[in-house]
Amino acid sequence: MAYRWTNDLSREDATPERAFLNRRQIMAAAAAAAGLGAIGGPRGARAATGELDPNEWDEITTYNNYYEFGTGKSDPAQYADALTTSPWSVTIDGLVDRPGEYSFDDIMSKMTTEERIYRFRCVEAWSMVIPWNGFELADLLDMVGVKSSAKYVAFETALRPDEMRGVSFPVLDWPYVEGLRLDEAMHPLTIIATGIYGRDIPNQNGAPLRLVVPWKYGFKSIKSIVRISLVEDQPPTSWNKANAREYGFYSNVNPEVDHPRWSQATERPIGGGIFAGRKETLMFNGYGDDVAALYEGMDLNKYY
Amino acid sequence: MSLVDSINRTTRRIPPWTLYIVGVIPAAWYFYLGVVGRLGVDPVKELEHSYGELALQLLIAGLCVTPLRRFTGIALIRFRRQIGLLAFFYVFCHLLVWLFLDVQILGQIWADILKRPYITIGMAGFVCLIPLAVTSNNFSVRKLGRRWRTLHKLTYLAVLLGAIHFVLLAKGFQLEPLLYLGAILVLLGLRIRLPRRAQPA
Ligand code: HEM
Repeated sequence: MAYRWTNDLSREDATPERAFLNRRQIMAAAAAAAGLGAIGGPRGARAATGELDPNEWDEITTYNNYYEFGTGKSDPAQYADALTTSPWSVTIDGLVDRPGEYSFDDIMSKMTTEERIYRFRCVEAWSMVIPWNGFELADLLDMVGVKSSAKYVAFETALRPDEMRGVSFPVLDWPYVEGLRLDEAMHPLTIIATGIYGRDIPNQNGAPLRLVVPWKYGFKSIKSIVRISLVEDQPPTSWNKANAREYGFYSNVNPEVDHPRWSQATERPIGGGIFAGRKETLMFNGYGDDVAALYEGMDLNKYY
Repeated sequence: MSLVDSINRTTRRIPPWTLYIVGVIPAAWYFYLGVVGRLGVDPVKELEHSYGELALQLLIAGLCVTPLRRFTGIALIRFRRQIGLLAFFYVFCHLLVWLFLDVQILGQIWADILKRPYITIGMAGFVCLIPLAVTSNNFSVRKLGRRWRTLHKLTYLAVLLGAIHFVLLAKGFQLEPLLYLGAILVLLGLRIRLPRRAQPA
């Protein structure tokens, strides 16, 4: 069902068409000229009052991880063009009533897309606010009919060595795979994103369709999905396979459970400029009211 | 005149102190770019990376001086102090960025130094470099005599710690830090054989 959740972050005046030199840069330049420090710009100021507006289109689309195109933050923007996203289809199989290969257009014709402005928290301790467009994963799962024996949902990213220059090196065990518990997958906050700022989602951000689970670390939100399988047992996930001690199956944003190599208590909001500093990371990335019940009675230190 | 001779002849004309000036320019330039918003969307991380990488490259450059003379005859020993001090300068800048622009929170700074192996190891590398930087002057060389050379063997440890620090902080299996570590191991390996070779037959 679309519209089960209402945005709590505002779009404000942020538009994709905003001028190249945004207001923060202008302010930072002015501050530099005046020899001032500690200027975070308007976002920094808003962050203090708890109100956030989305990051710029350029920030969202030029700085991210998509290791299939390289491990540098600008590699995806530079190399993801090579990915053919049309035609595209998603195989939905496993414990469903209507398994099959669903074309992207077919899916889109049946889904209602809406805007969801979500906080995005990377496991590397940086964060953004992103105005996604997409539909609830629950709607897609309802479309294919989930059998009652299904307990988990497994996802798989495309693996195309000819188009993805990063997969020639085994940074991870390709293809990238992820998974959710069924109740997490059916949660109204969990969406399949197909756009940002009302435009088609760019390749580097996971075109043509990707998962977004805003209360979990970014790597859970798997990109460029080619397969969704409903399964009975907890499916393997890429980062967990690479390093189980550092990346759990759940990977909920949790300021109290540190990554073994760095603290998760704080984060660097992207776009605040060089002097903006960190802010405190929120439990479940600020979505505790919506999702804490999913984990009631679970030891989150154990199920990290 | 051989190529090596001409290189040596040219470099002999460069006063070593000019390296300080050239060497500090990138630090100032990157910082400037960061302040005016031209270091990308995550300028703090970018600055941290640039300084860290330059520090490691300079430390490696310092390690190259002796083998370079030994195997090619190119003599850059006059510049080794400048290279070393610049490396220290970049590690220091790297640390300052981490302290004042990245983490900022005192409690977290301590926790990170004690609890995070990659920070602990980086910090150990930095600490090793302090006595080396302090004694990188003619007065100390004279004063310490033979002990100066022994003390400055700490460089090997510092570089190794710096490289391990880099390897530890990479997510997944990444090539770049391993290449740095490999290069350092080769450069250190060359030295293990030096004393034997140097003995008169
Ligand atoms: C011998 C001393 C050191 C050397 C050679 C060194 C070198 C490096 C290098 C090469 C990188 C990776 C840059 C990149 O990703 O391109 C790095 C990253 C980093 N270093 Fe150091 N470093 C040293 C000491 C320190 C110290 C003392 C600290 C702080 C206490 C520190 C904190 C960091 C941090 C926070 C990062 C970035 C980690 C990330 O990407 O999240 N380093 N360093």
